[in-house]
Amino acid sequence: MHTSELVQLCLFIGLLALLTKPLGIYLTQVLDANGKTLLDGLIRPVENLTYSLMGVDRDKEQDWQGYTLAMLLFSLVGVIFTYLILRLQHLLPLNPQALPGLSAHLAFNTAVSFATNTNWQSYAGESTLSYFSQMVGLTVHNFTSAGTGIAIAAALVRGIARASANTLGNFWVDVVRVTYYVLLPLSFVFAIFLLSQGVVQNFKPYDTASLVESFQSQVPKIDEKGDPILDANRRGLLEVKTISEQSIVQGPIASQVAIKMVGTNGGGFVNTNAAHPFENPTPLSNFLQMLSIFAIGSALTYYLGRATGNQAHGWSVWSAMMLLFLAGVLLCWWAEARGNPTHQLLGIAPGDGNMEGKEVRFGIFNSSLFATITTAASCGAVNAMHDSFTALGGMVPLFMMQLGEVVIGGVGAGLYGMLVFVVLAVFIAGLMVGRTPEYLGKKIQAYDVKMAMLSLLVLCMSILGFTAWAVASQWGLAGLNNNGPHGFSEILYAFTSCTANNGSAFAGLTANPSDGDSHYNATLGVAMLIGRFLMIIPIMGLAGSLVKKKIAPPSPGTFPVQGPTFTILLIGIVLLVGALNFLPALALGPVVEHFLNLQGLLF
Amino acid sequence: MSHKAPSLFDWTIVSPAIAESFRKLNPRLMIKNPVMFVTEIGAFLTTISVFTTKENHLFIVQLAVWLWFTVLFANFAEAVAEGRGKAQADSLRKARKDTVARLLRDGVEESVPAGSLEKDDLVVCETNDVIPADGEVIEGIASVDEAAITGESAPVIRESGGDRSAVTGGTRVISDRIVIRITSEKGNTFLDRMISMVEGASRQKTPNEIALTILLSAMTLIFMLVVVTLRPFGTYATANFSTPVLIALLVCLIPTTIGGLLSAIGISGIDRLIRRNVMATSGRAVEAAGDIDVLMLDKTGTITVGNRMASDFRPAPGVSEAELADAAQLSSLADETPEGRSIVVLAKEKFNLRGRELASPHATFIPFTAQTRMSGVDVDGRSIRKGAADSVRAYVESKGGVFPSEVEKAVILASQAGRTPLVVADGNRVLGIVELKDMVKGGMKERFAQLRKMGIRTVMITGDNAMTAAAIAAEAGVDDFMAQATPEDKLRRIRAEQAAGHLVAMTGDGTNDAPALAQADVGVAMNTGTQAAREAGNMVDLDSNPTKLIEIVEIGKQLLMTRGSLTTFSIANDMAKYFAIIPAMLMATFPAISPLNIMHLASPQSAILSAVIFNALIIIVLIPLALKGVQYQTGGALEVLKRNLLIYGLGGIIVPFIGIKAVDLVLGFLHLA
Repeated sequence: MHTSELVQLCLFIGLLALLTKPLGIYLTQVLDANGKTLLDGLIRPVENLTYSLMGVDRDKEQDWQGYTLAMLLFSLVGVIFTYLILRLQHLLPLNPQALPGLSAHLAFNTAVSFATNTNWQSYAGESTLSYFSQMVGLTVHNFTSAGTGIAIAAALVRGIARASANTLGNFWVDVVRVTYYVLLPLSFVFAIFLLSQGVVQNFKPYDTASLVESFQSQVPKIDEKGDPILDANRRGLLEVKTISEQSIVQGPIASQVAIKMVGTNGGGFVNTNAAHPFENPTPLSNFLQMLSIFAIGSALTYYLGRATGNQAHGWSVWSAMMLLFLAGVLLCWWAEARGNPTHQLLGIAPGDGNMEGKEVRFGIFNSSLFATITTAASCGAVNAMHDSFTALGGMVPLFMMQLGEVVIGGVGAGLYGMLVFVVLAVFIAGLMVGRTPEYLGKKIQAYDVKMAMLSLLVLCMSILGFTAWAVASQWGLAGLNNNGPHGFSEILYAFTSCTANNGSAFAGLTANPSDGDSHYNATLGVAMLIGRFLMIIPIMGLAGSLVKKKIAPPSPGTFPVQGPTFTILLIGIVLLVGALNFLPALALGPVVEHFLNLQGLLF
Repeated sequence: MSHKAPSLFDWTIVSPAIAESFRKLNPRLMIKNPVMFVTEIGAFLTTISVFTTKENHLFIVQLAVWLWFTVLFANFAEAVAEGRGKAQADSLRKARKDTVARLLRDGVEESVPAGSLEKDDLVVCETNDVIPADGEVIEGIASVDEAAITGESAPVIRESGGDRSAVTGGTRVISDRIVIRITSEKGNTFLDRMISMVEGASRQKTPNEIALTILLSAMTLIFMLVVVTLRPFGTYATANFSTPVLIALLVCLIPTTIGGLLSAIGISGIDRLIRRNVMATSGRAVEAAGDIDVLMLDKTGTITVGNRMASDFRPAPGVSEAELADAAQLSSLADETPEGRSIVVLAKEKFNLRGRELASPHATFIPFTAQTRMSGVDVDGRSIRKGAADSVRAYVESKGGVFPSEVEKAVILASQAGRTPLVVADGNRVLGIVELKDMVKGGMKERFAQLRKMGIRTVMITGDNAMTAAAIAAEAGVDDFMAQATPEDKLRRIRAEQAAGHLVAMTGDGTNDAPALAQADVGVAMNTGTQAAREAGNMVDLDSNPTKLIEIVEIGKQLLMTRGSLTTFSIANDMAKYFAIIPAMLMATFPAISPLNIMHLASPQSAILSAVIFNALIIIVLIPLALKGVQYQTGGALEVLKRNLLIYGLGGIIVPFIGIKAVDLVLGFLHLA
């Protein structure tokens, strides 16, 4: 742990804190259907045109059912749209590599993945998707799924802030305004910056370069049609091939990378994601990419404070998030810096830490920081291979997702997830001040508790249920690259990542096997749907119930939802109610692996 | 009725409660409490394992025994709470013994059993008759002994018309004759409701209890998921987790502590109210009491002592204050009214004038009459009078004296300040005035300040004019007042407060208070009040003491605090239980994880048993706390939260580490694991 790294950590948190207020104020303006913003002159006409084309009345608000229905409809259309593009990409333009259409289950998995803001990638982008598929089929979702998340968060915040009302805003207006005023301009500026750092943006076919030194590698054996040849166990056969050429990826990368960070999507243009020099070329691009992942999620807590008229509450929620984040970063950083005892026995200097699977350009600290940020924020972009982290270092990203993506979280999703914990914290501890539980003057009653717990139950059911199914099934074990507890972590990570709509992969798990087995694609796809929509529906139910309630005026007897006491309480509830459920699973994965590693066993 | 809480483990309550704990094992009763129902199923499955598994017999038998104990302890907690209520119900039931009612039909009396009376029947009660059912006196006046329900032996007056017309079934007429119109439906008399209330028979879950049960059930469901998926996870890791061990983990994780104590906490909250002689019509009302943030308090009897008291002597020009005090005291020596006595006391305090014995041959006392509106004494040739200003003026002027303008001014000033001026004259000479004023009860100011710190606003209600009201309000330290308040004003005020999001509590006794009592979130009717008022409120104060409203709020708050604290404690306990059980479960397959056994528990079996035993024992240990309630503290929400979080949150994390380790040591010592 070097001083320069500590300085960088402080710089990161400091800049984030500085960014939170101005961006939060801007979000507040955007999330008010008639709010004035700086960009009105430029965007207002387009916005109005959009409404008239869609037949949307800006001032007509929806109740929670209406809002939710609109969101579901919008997402469904998006899934079908992308599914068709992926299936038919060989017939569509901008396909210089002449890539074939995707299989049904991979197309389903991918369409769902991008529509749910997960961006789990069962495929390698550069060898599977055409430019058209990436830009039209996927990048569109990078905007709309992020916009949807922010809209839902805004609806919940309105539910908390409004008294004795019925409506939560207009979904179409929210999505349009967030996309036009926030996501597009931010991504545009960020993409220009990335270009300046050397990220490519073109429609050229891939370049080829001759290797200075050719090498041999095992690759899947394919027949004349390009299909993999299987052995008796339906496993793909491998053959040894001498490789003397390198294919260098090209394409509209900068535009996709910008929104994948800003909108916490995380789906890389190329398979190695932000570890690839064309996606993330410089330390500066790396730093700003990390900052951009947290930017909107962090600013939304300011919006919460603004909208509820209790700015201190917004900052308390922010502090709880940052403390959990800080704990995660420090643990991950410590574990990676400490390295692997077995490596050290083999002569690797202990001071080098665990560099396996990391870009030398980024090193231990920036890889640990990036891994914690991307999993805390439900982004899923990676600049190092989480699979190669030490057992405890790799547990941190896993744990961050299991918290329910509430540490900053996905844009919007992080806030509404955290607000569920706020409601539970108020409900459990609220009684201790001698009143029935009250959140910012609103009584938390049976229905609200039911909805809040439902959203937690769904998360738990999907992660643990699917993992249990996979570890007990042939198809589940077939996808494993490693055995023992590490293999278990790989499966647990995949279902956690998809349910939490994170999308990062532990790698090591083959979700789209060459024998065409569809189980992983299908179950992970369903996990993503559950993690997104079965979370959102009860949360919108909660918003619909809260918005109708009266607000009791604050007094010294009111349960305080600001200040250090509340922050600590909130952290406690997130850990006790949210995360403790995964302790047995974590014990069987990374924890056991850690202790076995200490005894020199590797997996 | 006893006012004292029986000792916590009074054998007459405990022994039936033990029997009751077993009766409550009936699954049809258990299912109402999902957390304990799951525990019971777990205990049942473990018992089956005792017969199906060959190895680890001692371990599994102990596990089964302690799982059953967990359920029994929870049942016992509820049974003890109910038992304490039942003891009271029995004493009430004695009052309900079948009486014969003298039904009045078309002017003819006939004897019918009390149980057959219908609403609106007319009955006659004379000396020594037990009033057969709740009703309203429509004719006559009588003194009634209400000891059966209030525990107060002094009889009270009940008369037709006015605000003292309600009578309660089971009470006894001591003198005179009254005609009563029955107001209660058959089997639903006040006494019936009271009995079912204290027995908990009609107890329904309150809204907050329902919400909490949902939370606990959902957590139970989540933990079931955790445990069920743990088996395939274990199979993958070649660790075979046996059913009893998984059940042990489940029972330790689900919130059995609060699940087992929840209903006991609720019952004992109502119990505490009853011990203060307040009858709540529902548990919901007790809960609402904790939420109250506006208290509407009647001035008289609550904030001030019932009667006005002498506060100042204001002598006329040329008269010393001591002379005035002496004369005023003389004139009041035989005056037994509280006002009169207060003058004697004030004179004594201010000038050390002792009360004198005046023998009647020398002195003639002139009592107060409505005609003269004066009282006084003729002694040693002096004739001292005190009374209202105009009466004394007439008296003095009739004797040729002059009523000084200074005194006149003092009279006006005193009236404006909300005081009652009594003018004292000796013969034709006006000595000055004695001012009577409302005396604020001792300690009220501090009490209101405490309430304010807790976020509760107090509003004083009085029939006085605004100026008087303002003076008393300032002195008592209430936040607001309503002067010249009519019942309609009260109702309007309550609605306005509620519209602004407040929850309002008030007391009332008259029929015209009924709408306001019904509107208030907590309406406490005085037992001396009318039947209409008693029906409208959601609580009845048998002592008819309006100050009790504050205690009611405190009881409500304490109930909620207890519930919240034990919930927090219960959830926080899970941390330690994980640390006890998870390493124990993995130890056989992965000995490398032994550093995780941070409590250094003796063996995996001992660790699991210790967690289960701690989990069962903590219920028993916390029963007294559940019944008595957590220590009630006044203060702002933040202060209270900090304190309780520290004790029950942090404590909830730490205590089980110590407890489980202790049980582990004992088990090792006894060679049980």
